[in-house]
Amino acid sequence: MSVTISPKRLGSEFVRKIKAISGQNLQVCYQCGMCSGNCPMASNMDLSPRQIIELARLGLEEEIANSKTVWICASCLACTVNCPRGFDLSKLMEAIRLLTLRKNVDHISPEEISPEERRELPQIAMVSGLRKFTG
Amino acid sequence: MKTKARNLEEPAIASMEVLGVKLEEISRWNCCGAVYSLAGDDLIRQVAPVRNLIRVKEQGKNEVVTLCSFCLNTLKRANLLMKEDAEKRNTLNSFMDEEVDYSGEVKVAHLLEVLRDEIGWEALAQRVKLPLRELKVAPYYGCTLLRPREVAIDSVDNPTILHEFLKALGTTPVYFPYATRCCGSYQIVSNPDDISAHAWDILSSALSHGAEALVLTCPLCDYNLGQGQKELMKKHNGFKGMPLFYFTQLLALALGLDPALCRFELNYGEPELLLRERNLLL
Repeated sequence: MSVTISPKRLGSEFVRKIKAISGQNLQVCYQCGMCSGNCPMASNMDLSPRQIIELARLGLEEEIANSKTVWICASCLACTVNCPRGFDLSKLMEAIRLLTLRKNVDHISPEEISPEERRELPQIAMVSGLRKFTG
Repeated sequence: MKTKARNLEEPAIASMEVLGVKLEEISRWNCCGAVYSLAGDDLIRQVAPVRNLIRVKEQGKNEVVTLCSFCLNTLKRANLLMKEDAEKRNTLNSFMDEEVDYSGEVKVAHLLEVLRDEIGWEALAQRVKLPLRELKVAPYYGCTLLRPREVAIDSVDNPTILHEFLKALGTTPVYFPYATRCCGSYQIVSNPDDISAHAWDILSSALSHGAEALVLTCPLCDYNLGQGQKELMKKHNGFKGMPLFYFTQLLALALGLDPALCRFELNYGEPELLLRERNLLL
């Protein structure tokens, strides 16, 4: 895919916010792809975990918003423990999710979970799912 | 634990009593929030786990033991935050004005660590009355016992704690490459179809390495790997289901406790059938 990089985007509000929420230095990543290689959900994603870091630091907010990747991440931390640069991608994924959730845009609606599922699902599934996918 | 994972909790309490450890429930505990907040700027989400740790301190105890690996992860990470980040600790302590100040003094451990560090594998092996010799089980660790590194209960890259546990119970654990691969976790609420595919990857890998059952610690792993098995049997010719055990059930069984308290009827994959075949259950 081709993207346009501009100084305006590199220093955008989006980049500032995800850095602040995640507490991560996006520049340490050297795009080796260990995160994508270790991610159990990568095959379900449209952008790989590695690509998310690159697009995020280039300030390409729209490309990330159009991708489902951060909503497929299961926060399993396989990326985190395998990164040779000590970058905690799980925190970047969380920061990007929160930028949406904090605008009061939920990813799931609890009403969509059927009463049968609610009866069956362990409480930790409901609590963690709603924490990750609703504001 | 009290409603959907009674087969994890009840055999744990009974087994530990036999081993001379009396587990005492935290009074006024609250849900820890299940997942540790990964955002640096929403401290409010740390209040729930930290409150539990304060309750432990109030009860005059200095260690809290969890059976659930999600609770272990969330409590242990929140505890580290309170210990290491002075600014956030002060903010949280000021916010929880009605509580005593807390700075990470309670030790957070998983029950497996108590078995390893306080009882010991050798001592445990000596207490075994019914060795699980014939049972071919593969340990499945999942994520939250091992990641991130700073809260891992064992080696992140090559964990052996569940393997050692099974050896103490008299059986040879089966190794398979997906023992620490995520089951999909909370994605079950939004992507159940993906979870089913992940469950198949994990179950079929364990099967192909010679396991006839999995042993696990987490109620969400149990659900994600268990609830879809009937559908997987329809989809994959020859797959007859795979029993899932909580580690505490195998502990109680091997210690010779009444199998009724293991509540095998709540498990996925018909474990009683397998246990009878192996002469481990009447």
